[in-house]
Amino acid sequence: MAAYLDHNASSPLKPAVKAAMGEALDLVGNPSSVHAHGRAVRRAVEEARTRVAALAGTAPERVLFTSSGTEANNLALRGFPDRRLLVSAVEHESVLAAAPEAERVPVRRDGVVDLTALEALLAAGDGRPPLVSLMLVNNETGVVQPVAEAAALVRARGGLLHTDAVQAAGRLPLDMDALGADLVTLSAHKIGGPAGAGALLVADGLDPAPVLRGGGQERRRRAGTENVVGLVGFGTAAALACEDAAATGRNALLTALRDALEERALAAVPQARVIGAGAARVGNTTCLALPGVPAQTQMMALDLAGVSVGTGAACSSGTVRASHVLSAMGEDAATAGSAVRVSLGWTTTAADVERFLDAWTAVARRLTPGAGRTDGAA
Amino acid sequence: MSACVNSLGLPGRPQDTRVVVAMSGGVDSSVTAALLREEGYDVVGITLQLYDHGMALRKAGACCAGQDIYDARQVADRIGIPHYVLDYESRFGQDVIDDFADSYLRGETPIPCVRCNQRVKFRDLLNTARDLGAAALATGHYVRRVAGPDGRAELHRAVDPARDQSYFLFATTRDQLDFLRFPLGGLTKPETRTLAERYGLAVADKPDSQDICFVPDGSYADVVAALRPGAVEPGDIVHVDGRVLGRHRGIVHYTVGQRKGLGIGGLRGEEEPLYVVRVEAPTRRVVVGPKRTLARAGVRVREVNWLGPDAAPGEPVAVEVKLRSAQPPAPATVRLAGDGTAEVTLDEPQFGIAPGQACVLYRGDRVLGGGWIAAAA
Repeated sequence: MAAYLDHNASSPLKPAVKAAMGEALDLVGNPSSVHAHGRAVRRAVEEARTRVAALAGTAPERVLFTSSGTEANNLALRGFPDRRLLVSAVEHESVLAAAPEAERVPVRRDGVVDLTALEALLAAGDGRPPLVSLMLVNNETGVVQPVAEAAALVRARGGLLHTDAVQAAGRLPLDMDALGADLVTLSAHKIGGPAGAGALLVADGLDPAPVLRGGGQERRRRAGTENVVGLVGFGTAAALACEDAAATGRNALLTALRDALEERALAAVPQARVIGAGAARVGNTTCLALPGVPAQTQMMALDLAGVSVGTGAACSSGTVRASHVLSAMGEDAATAGSAVRVSLGWTTTAADVERFLDAWTAVARRLTPGAGRTDGAA
Repeated sequence: MSACVNSLGLPGRPQDTRVVVAMSGGVDSSVTAALLREEGYDVVGITLQLYDHGMALRKAGACCAGQDIYDARQVADRIGIPHYVLDYESRFGQDVIDDFADSYLRGETPIPCVRCNQRVKFRDLLNTARDLGAAALATGHYVRRVAGPDGRAELHRAVDPARDQSYFLFATTRDQLDFLRFPLGGLTKPETRTLAERYGLAVADKPDSQDICFVPDGSYADVVAALRPGAVEPGDIVHVDGRVLGRHRGIVHYTVGQRKGLGIGGLRGEEEPLYVVRVEAPTRRVVVGPKRTLARAGVRVREVNWLGPDAAPGEPVAVEVKLRSAQPPAPATVRLAGDGTAEVTLDEPQFGIAPGQACVLYRGDRVLGGGWIAAAA
């Protein structure tokens, strides 16, 4: 039995989502058509919109559907060309690459954004109104960022705040207005929905410049016939994630599993460290560093033992490079290149955690420098 | 059947034996993986990303995976083995590409493939294979590993002389050799291609890789110039008798023994064709002369890797040597110095011995060792 512990990369499709998508496959027509068939499809899209909005405690008219969280991040960062862009140093590549010119807001050693530095950067303005992008939960460490506090600082300077909340949905209660966020990114496949569906929530009165043109969909802000089946899956997954985030049961269980995993891993291998342990984190994510042992070697050895975990940033070829998140947290190269990410989710059982611990402990003991490793050729 | 030894000379059944295969995406390493998989081994494919293909082709922003990595992954999927890509770009850049550029700037003619085997594949990849619990690292090289009478592995030339790659593997140490396997050493290239077709591998018709992987279109000098801006400067072409015959575009364009491309063809008064006799890096002079001035019988060799029977320092050992990859072996005597160098004395002088090339020592099919040519006299 293989153990899947990479929910932050993609969480398996939930059965109810799969069933809803199966039904949606039978829908006939284009949601932009005004005939009865089109109206029926439109109804399915709008129901999904309502459910996704509810996940963030907001109104359906604020939901702009996209093909992915990456597209939503690009729309947020490229959609306001007159603004001065600031992004935290630990953002996902889809934010960093969408705005290469953006100024980087540093994080502290615990991985939490440095609000004093943000305030100083905002104060040293260049006259343009700022747009600040700060993720709600980091994908590699699970560290929760003080988005509401940052939003207050940004608002005081007449700025906009975007938050990439793809790793927060379903794991934390989410309320767009309480966060003070003007733009929020969500993704279906991080919450048990299908890949290929995402959303940018847009506060009233804002109008991001479209990237895709050629149709009136999404109120002319995103041309292209809607991915109806994917959006129905997204809506269903959002409704289920609302329940997860509200009810403490499921997430509390995952947090207990995660905490036990960390405690036992650190007890078995004293050289190991949990990155971001000093900060508030979501309960499903562990970023486990084994200084000096390449993350890729750990990942391969775990994979060969039937355990799937994530590593920092994987390139298109599948090679692994040192994590920019850990580097931004001030970790040295030996540590930043040595972290694997274990992320739990709705399918995770205690047996999965056992399997990980068995495999990882064996790998760590074999490969940790000075812990009995035999190095053959010079 | 209890104490059986499997086809790789290892104890245990194939299915209990993990073997890492270095997969380049070419037909040879693909067939290596497929052969071992068919025999039932626990095969893990690893492809090294050695350089940024976008950079090598002077294209900005082309991230990562070249066609070869894609091909290797397709083959791994086809034969049903796990496959990983390791990023060795910085290691390859330092240990192979930088060394290549510096060697040219010293007036030498380097062989980066040997450095790559020595410093990347058989060092770091081999250690990664050990880290993954593998019992062996297999490659698609055409060379044979033969168990010697003392139980230790010997390196032998491939059965197919046209494909033999032993010249490029002289730096393989005994410890590395113990862990390495070369399943294609007994095959000819057509046999390998036939196997690739039988296994249904899409790479069966893929052309052989040519020249040096990170040098597009064989333009070594352009690569050196790009790596070491300003270091490729013109200088004088000088006759061995002292006359200055003309100018050249930079010493990186010349190798000892070269005749064509000197840019001094048809010089009046020269009755014999002229060859590059010496490349003098400090003065940026390319020294040319008639063929007879190229003759050398003594070769000084450094960084010697010795795989032969024990030999005392200074003791003459009869060998056959290859001083270029495409050259037949020639009889000679080698004396090891004990400090990692050796003196090789050729029975007959040779023409065009270039510093930076490998001097590989054979006795029959067996590789006794080799080293880098430091100088010839």
